[in-house]
Amino acid sequence: MTAPAERLPRRTSLQRAGRRLREWLPAAVVFGLGIVAWQWILPDLLHIERFLLPRFSAVMSTFWTERGDLWSAGWFTFKEALGGWVIGCAAASLFALVLARWRPLGSALIPYAIAANAVPIVAFAPITNNWFGLLSPVSKMVIAGVLCFFPVMVNALRGLTSVQPASLELMRSYAASERETFRRVRIPTSLPFLFTALKLTTVLAMIGAIVGDYFGGSTEALGIQIRAKVGVSDYEYSWAAIIVASLIGIAFYGAVAIVERLVLSWHPSVRRRSD
Amino acid sequence: MTAESVVSITKLAKVFGKGGVAALEGIDLEVLRGGFVSLIGPSGCGKSTLLRIVGDIIEPTSGEVIVNGKPARRARLDRDYGIVFQAPVLYDWRTVAKNIALPLEMLGWDRRKRADRIKEMLDLVELTGFEKLHPWQLSGGMQQRVSIARALSFSPALLLMDEPFGALDEMTRERLNGELLRIWTETHSTIIFVTHSITEAVFLSTRVAVMSPRPGRITAVVDVDLPQPRTFETRESPRFFELVTEVRERLHASGAHEVVEEVIAGPAEELA
Repeated sequence: MTAPAERLPRRTSLQRAGRRLREWLPAAVVFGLGIVAWQWILPDLLHIERFLLPRFSAVMSTFWTERGDLWSAGWFTFKEALGGWVIGCAAASLFALVLARWRPLGSALIPYAIAANAVPIVAFAPITNNWFGLLSPVSKMVIAGVLCFFPVMVNALRGLTSVQPASLELMRSYAASERETFRRVRIPTSLPFLFTALKLTTVLAMIGAIVGDYFGGSTEALGIQIRAKVGVSDYEYSWAAIIVASLIGIAFYGAVAIVERLVLSWHPSVRRRSD
Repeated sequence: MTAESVVSITKLAKVFGKGGVAALEGIDLEVLRGGFVSLIGPSGCGKSTLLRIVGDIIEPTSGEVIVNGKPARRARLDRDYGIVFQAPVLYDWRTVAKNIALPLEMLGWDRRKRADRIKEMLDLVELTGFEKLHPWQLSGGMQQRVSIARALSFSPALLLMDEPFGALDEMTRERLNGELLRIWTETHSTIIFVTHSITEAVFLSTRVAVMSPRPGRITAVVDVDLPQPRTFETRESPRFFELVTEVRERLHASGAHEVVEEVIAGPAEELA
C-alpha cells in the first residue's frame, strides 16, 4: 500500500534547482534594478541629495567599516525586541486562553482590549521611559510587548473558538473535561492562527524597540544611534543601521517561520509546500 | 427476541428555545442488544436531535432516556457511546493511528495496549498500512472508516451514527454499508443509525423507525426480517423491495411528501 503523498513523481535535484532559479529570477532582477537606481539613477540623474539618501556604495562601505558597532547595537536592540515579543505574546496567549475558557469574562473585557488597541502605543514611549527608567531595556520591551499583544490575542482567541461543533460534541461524548478539550482540541486548532500572529508581530516588536530607543536610552541601542548620527550628518551610518535593523527583522521573522514549520508539520499547508 | 434492552426512550420531547419550536414529541423507542435501528425521516424531522439526546449531547425537555439501565448522562460519563458524524471529525494534527487512539488515551490505556488495539481496528476497517498518514491524505470514504474505527476502539456499548455515509458517493456508500454490517456482526455492537436513504435503512437495519416532520414523532416501526448476513443479493431480493416500499409508504403516510429516495445528504439542518 502506498501513501498518496509518496506517489508524487520524484524530481531530480537538478530539475528542482532549475525550477527554483526560474521562480526567483524576476525578484532578483527587480533587486538588481533597485540597486542600480539607488547607486546611479537617484544621485546622478535625479540629483537626490546625500542627506535625503546617500549613495548605495557609501552606505555599504559604512556598513562594512562600522560593522562591529552596528551589529552590537543591532544585537542590543534585538534583545529589547525579543524580550518584548516574548512577554507580549505570552501574555496575549494566556489572556486568550482565559477569555476562551470563561466567556462571560471575555465579553466583559474584550471591548476594553479593542479600545486599548486603538491607542497609538508608541505615544507611550516617552512615558514608559519614566516608568521603567530611561536606560532600562524594560521600557522598550514594554512598548514592543504592548504592540505585539493585541494581534496575538485576537488570533489566538479566534483559533481557540473556531473549533467545529461536532468536534466539541465528540469530546463531550468522551466525557472530556474542559481542560482536556483545550489540550486535545482547542489549542491544536488554534496553533496555525497563533503562528500567523507570532510571525507578524516579530516586525512590530522591532518597530517598538527602535521607536522606544528614539525617545532616549542607552547609546548602545540601534534607535539611539540612528537618531544621533542623523544629528551629526553621518547619514551613511544611519542608513547602514536601518539595513541592520531590517536584516535582523527578516531573520527574526524567518526564525519564527522555521519553528512554525516544525511545530505545524502536520498542517496541510506546510506538507504541500514541502513535496 | 429476548435480548436485553440497551436503549429505552419513554415520552421524550424536545422544544428548542423558550416556548419555541417543538422538535420532538412523544417519542417511545426500545433498542435491544445487538440491534441495528435506523431512524429515517425528512430533513428537519429531528432524527439527529433524537440521536444527540440519546448520547446526552443535548438534553431533552421532558421524558426519559435509559441506556444500559442508567440515565443517559451516567452512560455518557461511563463512556458507553461511540459516535460517528456525517463529517469524519478527525484531527489533522494526529495520524490515522493516533486519531483512532484518541478515546483510548482519554481512558488512560497504556501505550502497548493502545498499539494492539490500533492494529486490530486498522484491520477491522481495512486500513492497515495507512496508520502513519494524516487524515487529509485520505479519501472521504477512508476518513469515515477511520472515524468508525475510532468510535469502536474502546468497545462502547452503543454506536450512534448520524448519517455517516451521507456525504459519500453512491458506490462508496454501498461498499461501506457492507463493511459496516460486517463490523457490526464481528463486534456484536448495538447501533442507532440516522439516515434519509430508504434503501440504506432497509439494507442495514433490524428495525427501521419512521419519523414524521416537525414536531418529530415515530409514526411507525418496521421490522426488517431480511436474512443475515446481508449481501449484494439481499438488495435484489423481492422481500427487500417489499420492505423498501413499506417504509416509503409509511414515510408518505406520516406526511413526508418531500422525501426523495437516495438523497445524498446536504448539510444536516438540525445539527444545532
